[in-house]
Amino acid sequence: MAEIQNFTMNFGPQHPAAHGVLRLILEMDGEVIQRADPHVGLLHRGTEKLAETKPFSQSVGYMDRLDYVSMMCNEHGYVLAIEKLLGITPPVRAQYIRVMFDEITRLLNHLMWLGAHGLDIGAMTMFLYCFREREDLLDCYEAVSGSRMHANYYRPGGVYRDLPDQMPKYQASKWRSQKDVDRLNAVRSGSMLDFLQAFCDKFPACVDDYETLLTDNRIWKQRTVNIGVVSPERALQLGFTGPMLRGSGVEWDLRKKQPYAVYDQLDFDIPVGVNGDSYDRYLVRVEEMRQSNRIIEQCIKWLRENPGPVMLDDHKITPPKRVEMKDDMESLIHHFKLFTEGYCVPEGEAYAAIEHPKGEFGIYLVSDGANKPYRVKIRPPGFVHLSALAEMVDGHMLADVVAVIGTLDIVFGEVDR
Amino acid sequence: MNPAYETLAARIEERFGEYVKRIPSTCNELTFEVDSDHFHSIALELRDEPEFGFEMLVDACGVDYLTYGQDEWTTQEATDSGFSRGAIRGPVILDEADEFDPRRFAVVYHLLSISHNKRLRLRVFVGANNPPITKSVVDVWSCANWFEREVFDMFGILFEGHPDLRRILTDYGFVGHPFRKDFPLSGSVEVHYDAELGRVAYQPVNIEPRISVPRVIRRDNRYDSELTGRTGNDK
Repeated sequence: MAEIQNFTMNFGPQHPAAHGVLRLILEMDGEVIQRADPHVGLLHRGTEKLAETKPFSQSVGYMDRLDYVSMMCNEHGYVLAIEKLLGITPPVRAQYIRVMFDEITRLLNHLMWLGAHGLDIGAMTMFLYCFREREDLLDCYEAVSGSRMHANYYRPGGVYRDLPDQMPKYQASKWRSQKDVDRLNAVRSGSMLDFLQAFCDKFPACVDDYETLLTDNRIWKQRTVNIGVVSPERALQLGFTGPMLRGSGVEWDLRKKQPYAVYDQLDFDIPVGVNGDSYDRYLVRVEEMRQSNRIIEQCIKWLRENPGPVMLDDHKITPPKRVEMKDDMESLIHHFKLFTEGYCVPEGEAYAAIEHPKGEFGIYLVSDGANKPYRVKIRPPGFVHLSALAEMVDGHMLADVVAVIGTLDIVFGEVDR
Repeated sequence: MNPAYETLAARIEERFGEYVKRIPSTCNELTFEVDSDHFHSIALELRDEPEFGFEMLVDACGVDYLTYGQDEWTTQEATDSGFSRGAIRGPVILDEADEFDPRRFAVVYHLLSISHNKRLRLRVFVGANNPPITKSVVDVWSCANWFEREVFDMFGILFEGHPDLRRILTDYGFVGHPFRKDFPLSGSVEVHYDAELGRVAYQPVNIEPRISVPRVIRRDNRYDSELTGRTGNDK
């Protein structure tokens, strides 16, 4: 009889379940993983080096392209680091807008994760349901920034502009009848906040739908319970943050423990898992969606009642209004200097961390007093989580690798930077 | 700074004495410069002693201080020349040098204590040796594994005791360490499809380097430490 040997398998980089461009070298003993070696960097663009060659304010757009399913959260980390070095605080209304969009982003990210994770392990319907809800949230992105994904909306000193009074509307065409258009536009007659409120009203029921499909589903449980178990001690050692850490039962959330923006004014809970397996992390993320919905509702209420500026009035840092530039020489000079040279940031270093949907997203910024950062280091949660993949899949079956990649919630824009 | 952080700083200074040096901070963050030879044992104690309790390594990254504080265009006095878009091929590659400035390469570690809810930044200068070398902390914090691989890849700093020090983000067979300040932004090679060879091949890069916004350092009274009492942290 022939001697059976271990064999090596190449998983990715073009594999739909690799969530992008992950190349995994798997050493297998039959169906069982003996060793996994992730090869990353296929999407490396040198974002950090690029940011070192641009004035501070021009790199916000690069941040969108890091984790390209939670764009505004990346921007938030970056602008917080600049604001920390400059010693400025944006207006309260801008902070509420940021928190609201951070939570919208968290929903976007978790919906994308849930859909893709479901699809990976056989629940096709989830993908369609999640993308239906994502569409409304992306419309909110589009309404404030003009872009559905790479928003470039947060600026050092505030946000680009105030929330719009109206939502873009559909128009009848050859492919869409007037009746359909009227139905789609029904919730779009008011302001963006009205549209978002309507979304918040219906969203808990949507999450109930997802849970009906998955939470007690026998197949779902067979694929996720006791898969990729991480003990709380190992989770800390491996540098886990966010839902990965909370799934292992460690109660740690920067929004509560080291609050930034206005999170200390808001009421929400932190879900925590028990067993540290894929199923618990699923439950944590689903509950986080409900909590995010609560936060958004509180922000909508506050934003309706408190109009005000959304950008600092300090034109050494924020650009003046276009109208002012037309008849005020000072504004014209400020505008010219800001967009040709930018502003110098005082010498020093800062680390700003936010609770990104995937974990702790941090920006370490070193400035030597120039108009460009001396060093930008992005601390990506996905990179750290992926480094634990080898340990998590050890001894699992090949099919479980897909479930573990799914539960890590990785996006290669940020892993490879 | 928050009094709890002052207490922590005092404890660290008392415990590790001459091997650590506190760096003044502008942003209420606690930073220490740590002696490279003693870094490993200090890291171990920072993790294990309950009064410190830094269970987690949040981030480790390299910094190259080669051009720190240098600008590309003089702004201190009036100049009668404009700024040229500067097609200069960056500084000379110094990789062949026998020795580096001992304060050129540093590895910066960000620690987090979940039990005490505190953060700490440690900076280790890796010395003049070429290639720069320092102790690995993979046995202290497991997640240092990939961080150190990244620092090695980007800055060429070696980590003694690392179980598997390979490149991580750059291409297979990549030459050089791209985040060093003397590595040009557009790199030194580019790829194209060679029809004769029937495969993708490397060739020297043909993009001219160009600077659209010069790097300037302006003295600003608002941030002047003598006027405001803020202290910048020199390297």
